[in-house]
Amino acid sequence: MNSIIACHDCDLLLTLPELEMGVVAECPRCGAFLRRTQFNSLNRTLGWVSAGLVLYVIAVSFPFLSMTTKGISKTTALTSGIVVLYQQNMAGMGAVVLVTCLLAPLFSMLSLLYVLAPLRLGYRFPWAAQLFAWYLRLRPWSMMEVYMLGILISMVKLTKMALVIPGPSFYSFIGLIFVLAASSVSLDPHLVWSKLAKAHRVHQEWYPLFRFTHEKS
Amino acid sequence: MTGRKAGLISCHTCHLICPCPDLPSPEFHQCPRCGTRLRVRKTNSIPRCWALVLASFILYLPANLVPITTTTVLGRPSKSDTIMSGVIYFLDSGSWYIALIIFIASVVVPLMKLFILTFLLTSLHFGWDWLPLERTRLFRLTELVGRWSMVDIYVVTILVALVRFGAFANIEAGPGAAYFAALVILTMFAAESFDPRLIWDRMEDHNA
Repeated sequence: MNSIIACHDCDLLLTLPELEMGVVAECPRCGAFLRRTQFNSLNRTLGWVSAGLVLYVIAVSFPFLSMTTKGISKTTALTSGIVVLYQQNMAGMGAVVLVTCLLAPLFSMLSLLYVLAPLRLGYRFPWAAQLFAWYLRLRPWSMMEVYMLGILISMVKLTKMALVIPGPSFYSFIGLIFVLAASSVSLDPHLVWSKLAKAHRVHQEWYPLFRFTHEKS
Repeated sequence: MTGRKAGLISCHTCHLICPCPDLPSPEFHQCPRCGTRLRVRKTNSIPRCWALVLASFILYLPANLVPITTTTVLGRPSKSDTIMSGVIYFLDSGSWYIALIIFIASVVVPLMKLFILTFLLTSLHFGWDWLPLERTRLFRLTELVGRWSMVDIYVVTILVALVRFGAFANIEAGPGAAYFAALVILTMFAAESFDPRLIWDRMEDHNA
C-alpha cells in the first residue's frame, strides 16, 4: 500500500511505495533518510529489547570497575559516579548522566516492550501510541555508546597509575550497547504506526487505571 | 509540491500527514495518531535557535577555561585539569589517538556545531537561496555528531567514582564540567529547534 508523506527535512510531498525488505527510501530532493524496511522487524526488535533488559539489570546491580593502587582497592558500580557527583555538589551534572545513561535507555526498552509485545499479537494497550511517540522523541538523549567511549578513555588514563579490573557489569554494559543499537536498527517506526492503527484496542474496562484521551482514527 | 503549499502538516514525531486545521488557535491541534502538537514549522525556530546558539557561545569560554577536574594528593590540591590540559596530558603520555578523540569531541565538535548553526541562521536571515542541499547536509551533520561531545562529561563521572582513596588521592569534578555539560545540552537543543524546512521555504519563495 502506498502512503503519502512529507519529507521531514524539506517538506516535499512524496508517495512512499511498498518497499522490498532492506531497501532504504531517501528523499529525492534533499536526500533525507525516510524509511528502511526490516525483515521480521517486530520479532527481532522484541528479542533485542528483552535481551537488553536482562543485560541492563546485570549492568546496574553488579560491580562495574575496580581499581587497585599501592595496596588500596576501590570497587565501583555503574551508578556510583552519579552519587559521587551529587556529594560533590554537582547534582545537575549527575542528573544529566543519570538521564542520558540510565533512565533514557531504560525508558526506551520498557516502552518498546509495552508497545510491541501486545502489537505482535494484534492488540494495543492504553497510551501505546503516546508512549511510542515519546520513545521516538527521546531517542537522541540515550547516550550509552558515548558513555562506553568515556569508559575506554578513562581506563587508558587510569591504567598508567593503577590496575583497573572490569567487573561483570562492565561486560554486560558493552553487550547492552550493541543490543540497544541492534534494537533501534531493527525497529521500523512506519510499520509500528500502521500496525497500531489496525490493532484491536484493549478496552478501557480491562484497565480501569488508564483513560483514553481521544479515539483511534 | 510541498506540504505547506498543499495545506498539509506532517506530524513532527510520527510523520502522519494531517490537513492544516482551520482553527482560531492552531496550537491546540493534536496529531490524531500520536498526540503531538501539530505545527506547520517548528514554533519560533529562528529566534529560539539564535538564543540557544548565543548562550552556547558564551558558555564555550568557561567550559574550556575553567578546570573540569581537580586532583588532590595527600590532602593537597595538586593539579587542576581543563579540557585542553587533558588533551595535552594524553599527547605527552604517547596516546595521541585518545588526545585526538577528546580534542575533536570536546573542542572541535561544539565549536563547529555553533559555527554551522550561526551560518545557517545567517543564511536564513538574508534569505539566501543557494545550495539548499548542502546546507541541509550541514544541518544533518550537526544533529549527528553533537551527542559525542558528552564523552568528556562521562570521563569525569568515571574518574570521580574510581579515584576516591580518601587522604591519599582524590579527584573532584570542577565547575568547568558543569559548564561543559550545559554547553553540550544547549547545542543539542539548538540543533533540535532549527527547522531545515525553512531553508527550502526561502528557496521556493524566491522562485515563486
